Amino acid sequence: MKFTLSWLKDHLKTDASLDRIVERLTSIGLEVESVDDKAALKPFVIAKVLTAEKHPDADKLRVLTVDIGDGKSPIQVVCGAPNARAGLIGAFAAPGAYIPGIDVTLSVGKIRGVESHGMMCSERELELSEEHDGIIDLPADAPVGTSFATYAHLDDPVIEIGLTPNRPDATGVYGIARDLAASGLGTLKNGVVEPVKGSGACPVKVTIEAPDLCPGFALRRVAGVKNGHSPKWLQQRLLAIGLRPINALVDITNYITFDRGRPLHVFDAAKVKGNLTVRRAKDGETVLALDGREYTLTPDMCAIADDNSVESIAGIMGGEHTGSDEATTDVLIESALWDPIATARTGRELGIITDARYRFERGVDPEFMVPGLELATRMVLDLCGGTPSEIEVTGYAGHKPKVVSFPVSEVKRLTGLDVPKAESLDILKRLGFGPNGSGDVVDVSVPSWRPDVDGKADLVEEVMRIHGVDEIAPQPLPSHGRVNGKILTPLQVRSRAARRALAVRGMMEAVTWSFIPARHAEAFGGGQPELKLANPIAADMSDMRPSLLPGLISAAQRNADRGFGDVALFEVSGTYEGDTPDRQRRVAAGIRRGTARLEGSGRSWAGNAQNVGVFDAKADALAALEACGAPVDRLQIEAGGPGWYHPGRSGLIKLGPKTVLGHFGEFHPRTLELLDVSGPLAGFEVFVDAIPESKAKPTRTKPKLELSAFQAVKRDFAFVVDKAVEAQTLTRAALGADKKLITAVSVFDIFEGASLGADKKSVAIEVSIQPVEKTLTDEDFEQLAGRIVENVKKQTGGVLRG
Amino acid sequence: MNEIMSTLDTLENSLLGEIAAASDEQAIEAVRVAALGKKGSVSEMLKTLGSMSAEERQVKGPAINGLKNRVTDALTARKAELREVAIAARLAAEKLDVTLPVRQSPAERGRIHPISQVTDEITAIFADMGFSVAEGPDIETDYYNFTALNFPEGHPAREMHDTFFLNPGPDGARKLLRTHTSPVQIRTMEAQKPPIRIVIPGKTYRMDSDATHTPMFHQVEGLVIDKSANVANMRWVLEEFCKAFFEVPALKMRFRPSYFPFTEPSLEVDIQCDRSRPGEVRFGEGNDWLEILGCGMVHPNVLRFGGFDPDEYQGFAWGMGIDRIAMLKYGMPDLRAFFDADVRWLQHYGFRPLDLPTLFGGLSS
Repeated sequence: MKFTLSWLKDHLKTDASLDRIVERLTSIGLEVESVDDKAALKPFVIAKVLTAEKHPDADKLRVLTVDIGDGKSPIQVVCGAPNARAGLIGAFAAPGAYIPGIDVTLSVGKIRGVESHGMMCSERELELSEEHDGIIDLPADAPVGTSFATYAHLDDPVIEIGLTPNRPDATGVYGIARDLAASGLGTLKNGVVEPVKGSGACPVKVTIEAPDLCPGFALRRVAGVKNGHSPKWLQQRLLAIGLRPINALVDITNYITFDRGRPLHVFDAAKVKGNLTVRRAKDGETVLALDGREYTLTPDMCAIADDNSVESIAGIMGGEHTGSDEATTDVLIESALWDPIATARTGRELGIITDARYRFERGVDPEFMVPGLELATRMVLDLCGGTPSEIEVTGYAGHKPKVVSFPVSEVKRLTGLDVPKAESLDILKRLGFGPNGSGDVVDVSVPSWRPDVDGKADLVEEVMRIHGVDEIAPQPLPSHGRVNGKILTPLQVRSRAARRALAVRGMMEAVTWSFIPARHAEAFGGGQPELKLANPIAADMSDMRPSLLPGLISAAQRNADRGFGDVALFEVSGTYEGDTPDRQRRVAAGIRRGTARLEGSGRSWAGNAQNVGVFDAKADALAALEACGAPVDRLQIEAGGPGWYHPGRSGLIKLGPKTVLGHFGEFHPRTLELLDVSGPLAGFEVFVDAIPESKAKPTRTKPKLELSAFQAVKRDFAFVVDKAVEAQTLTRAALGADKKLITAVSVFDIFEGASLGADKKSVAIEVSIQPVEKTLTDEDFEQLAGRIVENVKKQTGGVLRG
Repeated sequence: MNEIMSTLDTLENSLLGEIAAASDEQAIEAVRVAALGKKGSVSEMLKTLGSMSAEERQVKGPAINGLKNRVTDALTARKAELREVAIAARLAAEKLDVTLPVRQSPAERGRIHPISQVTDEITAIFADMGFSVAEGPDIETDYYNFTALNFPEGHPAREMHDTFFLNPGPDGARKLLRTHTSPVQIRTMEAQKPPIRIVIPGKTYRMDSDATHTPMFHQVEGLVIDKSANVANMRWVLEEFCKAFFEVPALKMRFRPSYFPFTEPSLEVDIQCDRSRPGEVRFGEGNDWLEILGCGMVHPNVLRFGGFDPDEYQGFAWGMGIDRIAMLKYGMPDLRAFFDADVRWLQHYGFRPLDLPTLFGGLSS
C-alpha cells in the first residue's frame, strides 16, 4: 500500500515530521517498507534564461546566461534545446548534480570551446515524462531560485507500507490516518461523505443470483459526462504511487480505491446491453478483461453479466468491452461487496493481482459501499459534469456490528501493560470502536471496517499497539525453582550422539531433501502412492524418501562430478514408511566413496588409502549404534542386506531374531546404474528409533571393577573350516569354550589356498585368557585348548590346522 | 731395578697407546683382556709381586698397582667416549624428514552441519531458561497444521500454491507437509498439562525457491503456557535469547505489531545490526533493522483447540528460521547451498565434531 505525505495530510491534521510519521506507522503495526523522500529532485532549482546567443562554433547550440536567483552574477550554460530562449523559465542543475534521466553527474565542461556551468533540463532528464523535444518551460510567474520539485509538487514523499492481511481498513489512506490519529500523531479530519441527490431511478437494474458471493451491489448512472484527462493533482498522486493515469472516470475509481480502500468499477452505459446480473460464471465462459487478456471462468467464480455476456470478473477486473473511454457520455458506477474467500481464490486461479482484489480479499467496509459511490459521484460531477440517477442498492441487508464483551483487565493479563481503563477505552473510541458500559467488563461494538476483530484478545492488541509496544518492559519468566532436568527426548539424545560420533569418524554431515525422484524412492523400497506429493515443486522432488541413502549417494556423485571423488557423508534425519506419525522413522545413514576411509583418503608417502568397502560401512554403522546406546556386544550380524545392496557384501544388524537395527554394505550394481552414479561406494543405515530404551536405573553406580592379580595370556589357533562357515560362528564357539577364562577372541588371519582344498579356508584366531583364581599350569592350558578345539569342531566342523 | 721400572714404563706407554687407538667397543675389550685379563700383561706383572722380597715389593708394588689403575681408568674413559660416538652414529643414521605431512585425524576432518550446530546452540540457551525440546512429524493433517491453529477456511496458505500436499488417501483426506512447526504446539497441548515450556525444532516445507527460500527449511518454535505468561515475559525470553545467541552483551530489538492467525496480539521482531560492511553483519551495533522472528500471545482459539480454557491459561509462542539465523550469525549467503552437500561448503561452514555448544564453554569457538 503506497501513498504520499500530502495525501495523508488530506485526512490527518498533523505537524509531525516525515521521520516521526514513518516511525509511528511501523510501531503501530503498519510496517513502513520504503520511503521515497524525493531527495533526488532537490538539486533542481527554478532559473531564468537572461540571454541566449548562438554558439560561435555550432549551429544547433546556444550559449545562455542564466539567473538562478542566488543574487550572484548569471551563469553561463551551453544548451542544445530548440526552445532555449531569453526569458524562458526552467529547471536548472548545477555542476555536482545527478541527472537521473541520463545517469550523469554534472561537472563544469567545455562544449566546442565554450564553458558550460550547469544544465537546463528536459522532463525526460528528470524522469518526469518522455518529453525531450525541449527544456522545461514554466509559466512566467514561477519563482526563480526556489526548488523546482516543490513548485511542481514533485517533492511529496511516497511511503509504502507492507500490510498484514488482517487490516483491510488500512488499504485506504483515510484508514491509515485514523490509526495515526488514534496514536496521538494528529487529528483525523472529517471523512463523512455527503450524499448526492439523484434524479430518476437508475435505468439499469441489477439481479443478484449468487447472494453468497455478492452480499450487496450499488449502482448509479451519471448521464452526460465529458470524460478526458483528469486534473494534474490527481494524475500526480496516481503517478506517485505507481499508477498510470488513464482518463478521468477510471482515475476517479483508482483514486477512491487508495483514498478509502473502496474499489469501484465504471461501465460505459452505452455499451451495456439490458440489465446486469451477478451470477456464478458458466464453466468455460470467457471474458476479455481490461488488461487485454481473455480469461476462462469456472462456476466457482463470480461474474457480472449483461444481456450479452460476462462484462466483469467480480471484485477483480472489469471487462474491456464495457470499459469507459474518452467517448463515454453515460457512465454506470458500481460499488459492490464481494466474498473475500471467493475473490481470493478466483484471483489466484486466474493469476490476476489488482488493487481491487487486494482489498476485496481482505474484506472491504460494507457500510462504505454507498458512501463510496456517493464520493465517486461527487468527483465525477466535479471533473466530468453530468446528471446522476438515484442509487440502486441490491441485496444489501445492512451491517450488524459485532459486540465484544471486554474485561479491561485483559490488557494487563495478556501484555503486562498497566494502561488506565479510561485510556484503553479512549484508544478504542479513537479507532472507531464503541465501548459501552462502566463496569470492569465493557461491551465494545466493532466498527464495520474491522472484520478482523472478534474477541477480547483482538481488543488487547488494539490497545497495546496504540499505547505502544515499547512501553512493555521485559519481565523475566519466573524460574522453575529447580535445576532443569533432561531436556531432550531419548530420540533427540541419540540423534545428537550419532551425529557427533559419525563426524568424529571423519564424515561430513549433509542435510538433503526429504523428497526424492520416484525411481530413487522405488529402488529403496518406497514409492507408495500415499507418499507421493500431489504438487511437487519439481518432477525429481516427488516422493517422500524411504531411505537417506539415495540422497547421500546422489550428493556424493555431485561432489565427484566437481572433482571431489573421495567423500564421506552422513545424515541423521527422518525417512517415511507411511503417512502417519508412527511411520516416520529416525535414521542415521552414511556413505563413503572412493578411498574416503576412516584413516584418511587418497595417496600418502606412508601408505595409500584403499578403496572403501563393506567393512568401512559396517564399522560406521556399529559406531553410530554404539553412540546411540545400543547393546553392541549383543548385536548379531546376518549376511545379506536389503535388495539395493550387493548380496554378497552386505549385512543386517539385528538385536534378537526380530529387531533389525540397521544394514550396511556395498551397493548392488543395478542400484548404482539406476541412480546413475559410480563407485566405489559403501554405506549404512541404522534405525535410531528401533534401539530399545534402556530401563530406568535405580542407581548410577557402575558395577564393581574386578581386577585379576594373575597375568593375562594370549594363545593363537588356526582352524580349517568350510568356506561357508561364518567367522562370527567360529569366534562365538571359541568364546563359549570357557566363559570364565576367555575374555576375547579376535580373528587375525584368513587364508584360502589350493593346499587347503577348494571349499576350505583357514581362520586364525587369537584367544585372550584371563586367569582369575590361580596361575594356569601347562596342563590347565592344554585342557582349555582342547575345549576350544572341541567346541569349534562341534559348531563349525573345523579342525586345527596342521 | 731400573730395568723393571723401564719395562713398566714401556708397557704403560704401549697399553695407553692401544687404548687410544681402539675405535670401537670390541677393540677396547680386546685391549682390556690383553692387559687386565687372567693372562693379561698387567695381571702377569701383579702375579710377580708374590715372589718378591718385602723391600722389593715395597718399591715395585705401588708401581705395578699404579700402572693397573691408570690403565683401568684409561679403559673406562675410552669406553665411555666410544659409546657416545656409537650413539651419535646411530642417531645420525636414524634421522627422518619430520617435515613430511601426517594424516589429519578423522575428528578434525569430520563436520557437523550448521543446522545441527545452531539447533544445539538454541537448545543450550533455552535449556538454561527451563525449556525442553519437543518434536513432531513432517507429514501432518490439515487439522494440526491449519484448523487447530486458527487458520480460516480459504486462507491462502491452505492452497496448493503454498503448501505441499500428498496424494489423497482412500477416504479422500489429503495429508500435507507441515508448513511450520506449530502443529507440535497442538500435539503438545493434547499430551501435556501446563506449565508448558518447550522449543520445537524441525523441518518445514513451503512451495518456495530462491536465494533465501527453499522448499524445505528448518524452523524453531517456542511455546510457553501457564497462568501468567504475558507479552512482557515474551520480550524478556526473546531478548535474552537473541543476546545469548548472537553472543553480544546488548542488543536492541524492535517489536512491531503484526498478524498471524494463531497468535493475538501478534508481533514481529527486528534486531539491531550493522550491515554497512559488505558481506558482514554485526549485531548489537549499527542503524539497520533485520527481521528475525514472529511471535505473539497464543490465540484463544488455539488454546481451546489444545483443550485449555483461555480464561484460565495463557501463553506465548514464537517461531524463527534456524537456517535464517544460522545465515545471519555465520554469514552464509545462499540458503540453497545448505542442502547441496558440497563438501567444500561443509568443510568451510560446518563445525568440528568436538565443538559442542554449551553456555559454560561458549556457544561458538
